[in-house]
Amino acid sequence: MRILEGEGVTRYFGGLAAVSDVSFHVERGEVAGLIGPNGAGKTTLFNLISASLAPNSGTIKFKGVNITGRKPHQICHMGVARTFQTVKIFANMPVIDNVRLGAFFGTSSGMSAAEASREAAELLEFVGLQAVSAIPARDLTLANQKKLEVARALATKPELLLLDELMAGLNQTEVAQAMQMIRQIHDRGITIVMIEHVMTAIMKACDRIIVLHHGKKIAEGTPQEIASSETVINVYLGEQSYAGG
Amino acid sequence: MNIKRVISRGLFSLGLPLLILILLATLPFYAPGYTAILLSSIFMYVVLTVSWVIFSGSTGYISLAPAAFFGVGIYSSALFGNELPLGIVIGIGGIASACLALLVGALTLRLKGIYFAIFTFGLVMLIAHLLLFWEINITGTRGRFVVLVDYNTIYYVMLAIMVVTLLTSFLIRRSKFGSALQSIGENEEAAVHIGINVTMFKVIAFAISAVFTGAVGAIMATRWTYIDPFIAFNPLYSFMPVLMAIFGGMGRLYGPVIGAAIFSYLEEFLITKFPYYYMLIFGIILLVAILYLPDGLVGLVQKLRRRITGGKYANTGR
Repeated sequence: MRILEGEGVTRYFGGLAAVSDVSFHVERGEVAGLIGPNGAGKTTLFNLISASLAPNSGTIKFKGVNITGRKPHQICHMGVARTFQTVKIFANMPVIDNVRLGAFFGTSSGMSAAEASREAAELLEFVGLQAVSAIPARDLTLANQKKLEVARALATKPELLLLDELMAGLNQTEVAQAMQMIRQIHDRGITIVMIEHVMTAIMKACDRIIVLHHGKKIAEGTPQEIASSETVINVYLGEQSYAGG
Repeated sequence: MNIKRVISRGLFSLGLPLLILILLATLPFYAPGYTAILLSSIFMYVVLTVSWVIFSGSTGYISLAPAAFFGVGIYSSALFGNELPLGIVIGIGGIASACLALLVGALTLRLKGIYFAIFTFGLVMLIAHLLLFWEINITGTRGRFVVLVDYNTIYYVMLAIMVVTLLTSFLIRRSKFGSALQSIGENEEAAVHIGINVTMFKVIAFAISAVFTGAVGAIMATRWTYIDPFIAFNPLYSFMPVLMAIFGGMGRLYGPVIGAAIFSYLEEFLITKFPYYYMLIFGIILLVAILYLPDGLVGLVQKLRRRITGGKYANTGR
């Protein structure tokens, strides 16, 4: 069953088509990867799905319901959560309050204070931040701030989680931890779409990969298919040509 | 943490405000008349500042609209003061201001940063000039007389409005609503993506802050007896709350309160003692405060406390 479906999604910035006539889908329960060179329109596509931006044309459906034109907080209530490429945390609030706010406001039914606190504590333990729950979020390392964003997103009880470059700026050990975290989130039954530049990570984690280039979808398939696809290799490494002669 | 300390802190935070309230409530019986007049001015500034902080302090949207809400309150008093009882007039002032805030908020709270500040300031000017146009061309007057109310009544009404404002601010700070506003100030984009209806929250907070500003305008007008559009919509009442809040510090509830109290007392003192140099001295004090007290008096108090306890309880957050 398709949890997310986009048809002819297009978004212009001035005269530039950041995302141009992209049709895509995400199956329930899978980990989908979204890759492409810088400026390919990956984050723009995330912004369109989470309703930060409205598409100029095309429709996006979540669980079969057309969600184009809805407000970002409504999208969140429906069950789509996201993290950001550059971390956006509530820097001057304690770590636990960041997550508690997600629990408070993330679901349409709402939650009592005690429930939200319990939920927040549990999620902090899940991402491994229970020891620092009382300190202001600005004092965390980048890796921990990214974990905090994930915990806050999970607090809104999503069915679909959009991860925007979770591993950018992390070292080897932290990347391994993030990989494990993604697996655990997936085990909770949450569908994941991730934008990533760390190729080893995306090849290992994803069931299916979508490739964007200059705002257009140029390829789609399993990691093996993508790794051996000629178009994708051309986009990343340049076309093969004969030097000299 | 030891229990004695917790109890003594509890007594302090509940007992002290209660003691001050009792002192203030009985004050007109033994203090000279001038004290009550001075204090009702101070109460007015406390209300203006605390209600400004309810919206702008948490969301980070710098509003220069207080003078507009204050003026709407003043005109409610001028228009209905003769026919209706004082309590209802104050209610009208508050509600009319809140309606204006809802309208303006819904239209403009998508503006960010400096644009919002400039727009709200423009609103004050716009209303003042529209009103002047109306008064001159339609009603054929320039100013209006406001019904007189005796000083003790003004004092008690001001005190009551201040207590309600402080209680509201206190409750908002501890509520879900308050933390949502806080999160908007921290990072609005993140707030909206964790399901917070930021537009609604901002507009409601804006309206709440306008209620108190309008109410206090309605009662203050009765002390001035004569008003015209430029007296009522004086931009000074937009800037004073901002300055007082910065001076006091916005981190704690008592910050804007003592900021407003000290600042308005200082203004009164300087005006009477140094009528020619008062603006100059005022400006210098403000500059020094901004340069050396970036977190206001609250920051200073916290720094001192940290030094006294030897850093033992430093940086515990709240």
